Parts: sequence; C-alpha cells; structure tokens
Amino acid sequence: MSTRTRLRDSHVTLAHGGGGKAMRDLIEDVFATAFNTDTTEDQARLTDAALADPGARLAFTTDSYVVHPVEFPGGDIGKLAVCGTVNDLVVGAARPLWLSASFIIEEGCEIALLRRVVASMRTEADKAGVRIVTGDTKVVERGSADTVFITTSGIGVIPPGRHMAAKTIRPGDVAIVSGVLGDHGAAILIARGDMALSTDIRSDCASLGHLIEAVLAAAPDTRAARDATRGGLASALNEMAATARCSIEIDESALPLRTEVKGMCEILGFDPLYLANEGTLVLFVPPDQADAALAAMQSQETGRNATIIGRAISGTSGRVVIQTIFGGMRIVDMLVGEQLPRIC
Amino acid sequence: MMAVAEISGVRREVNVACIAEGAPLENLVGTWTLIHVGFAMSRIDEDEAAKTLDVLRELGEAQELLDAMAEGAESLRPRR
Amino acid sequence: MKYVEEFRDPAAARGVLAEISRVTDQIGATADAPVRIMEICGGHTHAIFRYGLDKLTPDGIEFIHGPGCPVCVLPRSRVDECIDLAEQPDVIFTSFGDAMRVPGSYKSLLQAKAQGADVRMVYSPLDALELARRNPDREVVFFGLGFESTTPSTALTIQQARRTNVLNFSVFCNHITVPPPIKALLDDPHMCLDGFVGPGHVSMVIGLRPYDFIAQDYGKPIVVAGFEPLDLLQSVLMVLRQIRDGRAEVENQYARVVPAEGNPVSLAAIADVYETRPSFEWRGLGEIDASGLRIRPDYATFDAEQKFQIGYGAGQARAVAEPDGCACGEVMTGRVKPVACPHFGKGCTPELPLGALMVSSEGACAAYYQYGGARAVEVAK
Repeated sequence: MSTRTRLRDSHVTLAHGGGGKAMRDLIEDVFATAFNTDTTEDQARLTDAALADPGARLAFTTDSYVVHPVEFPGGDIGKLAVCGTVNDLVVGAARPLWLSASFIIEEGCEIALLRRVVASMRTEADKAGVRIVTGDTKVVERGSADTVFITTSGIGVIPPGRHMAAKTIRPGDVAIVSGVLGDHGAAILIARGDMALSTDIRSDCASLGHLIEAVLAAAPDTRAARDATRGGLASALNEMAATARCSIEIDESALPLRTEVKGMCEILGFDPLYLANEGTLVLFVPPDQADAALAAMQSQETGRNATIIGRAISGTSGRVVIQTIFGGMRIVDMLVGEQLPRIC
Repeated sequence: MMAVAEISGVRREVNVACIAEGAPLENLVGTWTLIHVGFAMSRIDEDEAAKTLDVLRELGEAQELLDAMAEGAESLRPRR
Repeated sequence: MKYVEEFRDPAAARGVLAEISRVTDQIGATADAPVRIMEICGGHTHAIFRYGLDKLTPDGIEFIHGPGCPVCVLPRSRVDECIDLAEQPDVIFTSFGDAMRVPGSYKSLLQAKAQGADVRMVYSPLDALELARRNPDREVVFFGLGFESTTPSTALTIQQARRTNVLNFSVFCNHITVPPPIKALLDDPHMCLDGFVGPGHVSMVIGLRPYDFIAQDYGKPIVVAGFEPLDLLQSVLMVLRQIRDGRAEVENQYARVVPAEGNPVSLAAIADVYETRPSFEWRGLGEIDASGLRIRPDYATFDAEQKFQIGYGAGQARAVAEPDGCACGEVMTGRVKPVACPHFGKGCTPELPLGALMVSSEGACAAYYQYGGARAVEVAK
C-alpha cells in the first residue's frame, strides 16, 4: 500500500485539476481514501454473479447534481448524488451495485467542504450497499461552477422475473406514496434564503433500495415506481399516466404533508404537489396487493409515513385529476417553468 | 416595528406598523393577523370569525335537517 | 392553521351550496340565462378554480373573471422599462416572483436575468431595502406593482428608506387602484354584470366606502369576500340573496379581516408617499383616469422614474401593441372566456405565453389551462 500524503491546502486551486502531483494528492487524500477505491488503473474491473443469471438484466443510469446551496438541512450535494442515482436504479427493481462519481470543482472551493461532501457520499453508499468504484476530478475557474457539481452513474442488476414498468399500470391499480411530500423542495428553498423564512424542515433525502425490496417481497406484482424529484409528485404522476395511457385520480385530503411545508406553501402560494422529493417515491400496485405493500412500506424507516393516495382509472391518456379537500375535481398538470411566489 | 410571525412552524420577521395601534409591541404577542409581503396588515377579529363560522354552521345544520326530513318523508311512503 | 382550515371544511360547504341552489332557482337563473357575477380579484379567480367551485355551483351562475390581477394588467411597455432598468450594470432589479415571467416586447425579466441582468426575486419590499443596505455601491430598484393590498408595504418601505437614509434604493412604481377599472367596466355598454365579489385584501386597506358608488350609482350588489372556499361560497350566496330581494348594497363577508373603515396606518402611508396620476395604461382596458399612483416629489430620491428618467416620469409613456388576435383585454374584462381567444392552448400556453393572463398564476387563462376549466374533467364511475 502506497503511503498517502496528507493534503495541506485549504482551498482547491487550478493546479489541483492540472493532472500533476497536486491533482494526484487531491484524489488520493480526499476521494480515494473516503471511497476506498483502487486508483492504479483507469477503469474499475468488476464482476457480480447475479449478472450471469439467465433473465437478469443490467440496469444503468446517470444523473448530475448541481443543487444550491451545497449543504442544506438534511443533507448535502454528496448525499443527494448517491441517493438520487441509487433510487433511479431501485425504482426499476434493480439491486444497485456500483457508482461512478465525477466532480467539477470551482477554483476556491474549501477542501474541508469537499471532505464533508465525500464523507456523506461514503456514509450513504454504505447504507445503500453500493461501492463508489471510479470517478473523475476537474477544476474550473472561479465563476464557472457553483462550488461543486457532481455526476454519478450507477450500475445494478435486475433479477430475473422482475418487470416493473410504468406501461404495466392498469385502471384499478392503487397509488401509494412512501412518505410526506415536498420536504426536500421546501428545505432547499428556505436554505437559499431569498424568502427570509426559518423553519425546522429538513430534506427527506434517502436511498430507497431496502424499501423497494420490502415492497416486492410483500407485493411481487407491484407495477411501477418512480421517485418524485424535480417537478414533484405531480410531474411523476403525469409521466406515469402518459406512459400507461390511462388517467390517475388522487385525493387531496390523503396527501401526507408536514405542517411546516403546508405553512410555507400558504405563505408563498405554492402547491406542494410540485415540490421536489429526494427520498419519497410513488408506486402502483394491483388492488389485491395494496394493503400488503402499504404494510411493508410502513415497516421501513423510510416508509413509515406511507399512504394510499389514489388510483389509476380509465380515461384520457396522461391525465391526472385531484379531488380537492373541498370536494371539487380539477386537473393536476405538469409543472411549467418554476413555481414562483404569488403576489396577491 | 418588527416582530416574528409564525405560520404552522414557519417563522419570518414581519413589520407590524399597521397593527401596532400605538401600544407597546409586547401587546401583540399571541395575536392572529393577516400577513402580506412581510407586513402584518390586519388583526383577525376573533368575534367576527366566530360569527361567520356560526352562520356557515347554521346553514349546514339547516341542510341536515332538510335532508333528515326528506329521508323521513321517503321512509313514510308506502312500499311498492 | 387557525382561521384558515375552518373555512375549508367540506362538510360546511353542503349547506351553503344547497342554499345557493335554492336562491338561484328562486331568481330563475339557468345555464342559458345565468346570473353573471364578477370576481374582481385575481386571487379569487385562482381560488375558484383551485377548489373547483365553478363546478360545484349551479349552472345558473356564471363567474366573470375581472381585471384584479396586477401582473395581468401590466402593459408590455412597463415590462420593457423594467428590463431597461435591470440591464443597467450597477442596478440590482428586485421583483415579486410572479412578475418575472411576463413577456415584454422582446423578453421577460427572467429571460433578461438569464442573459446576465442582475434580477432578484424578493418576497417583501423590505428585503429589497435590506439588499440596498448591504450593497451600498449598487442601485437597488424595487418593482412596486399591485393593488392597494400591496401599496402600503412599498409606501412604508420608502418611508423607512428615508428614515434610515438608504439612498441607493428606489421604487419603480406601478401601483394601481381597484375602483376606477370597476367604474370603467360598469360604464361599458357591452358589459352585463349582475353583482360583484369584492377583493378581500384590497379592502382590508381601503375599507368598504370606496365601493359605495357601485351600489348607489349603478345599483349592483357587491360583497367583499375572503379567500377560502367557504368565504367565496358564502359571498356568492350573499350576492344572490341581494339580487333575489332587489337590493344593492355593499356587504362585508370578510369581516374578520376587513374593518369597514380600512387600515388607518396603511392609508396614511399611501397618502404620504403617493399621489394619483392623471391616467395610467391598463393592458386590455387602455388608459383609465386616476387609476395609477406615482411617488410624490417629496420622495423623488426614491422614485426610479425620476432617478433613471424612464416611463411616465420621463414624460414618454410608450404604448406597445398586442400580438395579433391576442384577446387578453377581452378576457380580462370578462367579455370572453379564455377558450375563445384564438391563441389559447395553441400559440399561447404556460410554457410559451403570449400574454400575462397565461403567465400569472392569478390570470384567468392560466387558471383555465392549469386546472382544466377548458378541458372537461371526467370523474371515474
């Protein structure tokens, strides 16, 4: 094992991206140590027995994370980068295995901040049962990136016999969300400080592999799952309805919401259906397996607030309707642009 | 002229010039007000709120009575 | 949430809705000959569609959506002037969120921001003042738009700017008042309205007396309403009862928030800081006399029009024509429904809006498009 020199710089400079010794030190001391990666070759070399099972499929996904601020109540960009990509794998019923992590770092970024971000990633990866096996580092001039951007790609294996897909959703299938809605979107908005609001809301950022496995064990015919990230639950439902070529009906009074998120939405005139979630998913199960799926979710830490919120129905393809708390029916459309606080 | 307002656990500093009525600001603690763009603009009149809810409730009760009467009339009709 | 959730109780709605049905029948109103009630305020338009009240009330009631959306009535030329200001290198241009998406002749504030202008969203004019305090080498301009519900907050902020000597702060004043466009609508021979649901938050500032002319001179009922669904339904019921009984009065359903005489501190601040312009341009309504406010000469230091020599302040109010076929004006004054506009849902959608009514979340077109007023909502059997 080579001796690893302790990096003495406090801030990232362009030299750290130059490909020379400074970069080597940064990678070794900050990234390779935390992720325990072997950096002797340019690529990770991996095998897993599950890939060889007849009927098994490789699942592969990628996502970039540019959240601002980089650290927020409930997490940081690193935790997000691991959970987000793991969740993109597990909603397809894959068992997640390996992640890559590429960093674009702004000149002047504090090394201490990088260490915290990387430590978060390691903690989260261990929780999710994945290894970060390869990565990349670039440094750009001040102003060309917002502190740090992270791109993670993820590989997993879908065991034979699992066929979760939005197109399998049928009228009558029950819609269940795994937890309260909008915590992440609300936490980020408040952390940005534009609105000068203060609350105890924390991001719900979490990896959900264990949750999905518990659901599939109890409800093996679960049709599809999606995590309700940007655009919130409303966007996820609209996409699923369009793919499934059916309509979806939800009940506003069933939506689980933290009181503070409701309060924030009242003040700003926001609709919690459009706030991002990073540890909450929506899934569809056949009606005869709904109770079993719900119980399985509620038995998990990440699913303790799981609630049935509606069902797929026959109707115009791609339409999502909501029964308001007041009894009227209206459409829930895709989010256009960003939600902006209302004046009146 | 600033105070902290709380809506369901969300807190924000607001200007209370419109509702202070020349009294010490401590008097405002615990009052319910209408907040708009960072200003407390009107105190909620709790009596008026109760009155409005009473009227609404009465309409609801009147309706329940009518429904009950209609059901009663229905049950008195001879079966076919 | 106290004083909010009780007014959203669906169980209580049944009683009001039943009574609304009864009175509508007593009036003899049907889908072919409806009672036409205008909700003036954009916030009310939004609430009606958000809670599906248009579908819960009988067909004999037609809601006419009024011009009470300050973002919707903003003329393109004023948006262009905002952008001129924002694109000046030492200016930080601050605005309420909703106004940032309205298209001007070439672009919106949001697009100007994307192109490098320093445009920032604020929740309160106080936040803009704070920004000025923290950035003494920049000029902070606050886009002051809104009806009387928002006017006191900019007035009080300007007074505070003077008191604390924050001289790099100014307001681009586009405040407008509610009574003049109502009078313009009532004077329009093509408009046929039977009653009004009055703006709740404007009224908490100005009180009830400014609406007297509606009842006394034009013989129409007006009920000042709160914003929860039960408030709106109760107000509609009160309007209907007046119509049935042949009365024309100003009534206050929102008495828990609206004092009959308004808010003295707000009114004093408005009077101190602002004066009425001889006339002001309203999108869709043209020039309306005495309907807009400008900052008094006494506070000229804080008047962006004076500081930057733009807009009405510079004596050049430039009028900009609407795109061909755009029916913003007719929709805003309730003459036609959003679906009648040739661009609705085709060239004009929330993603690519032509006009402000599709951009603002209080605009009738946005409400129709978003909540499906234009598209029938099928209920699963």
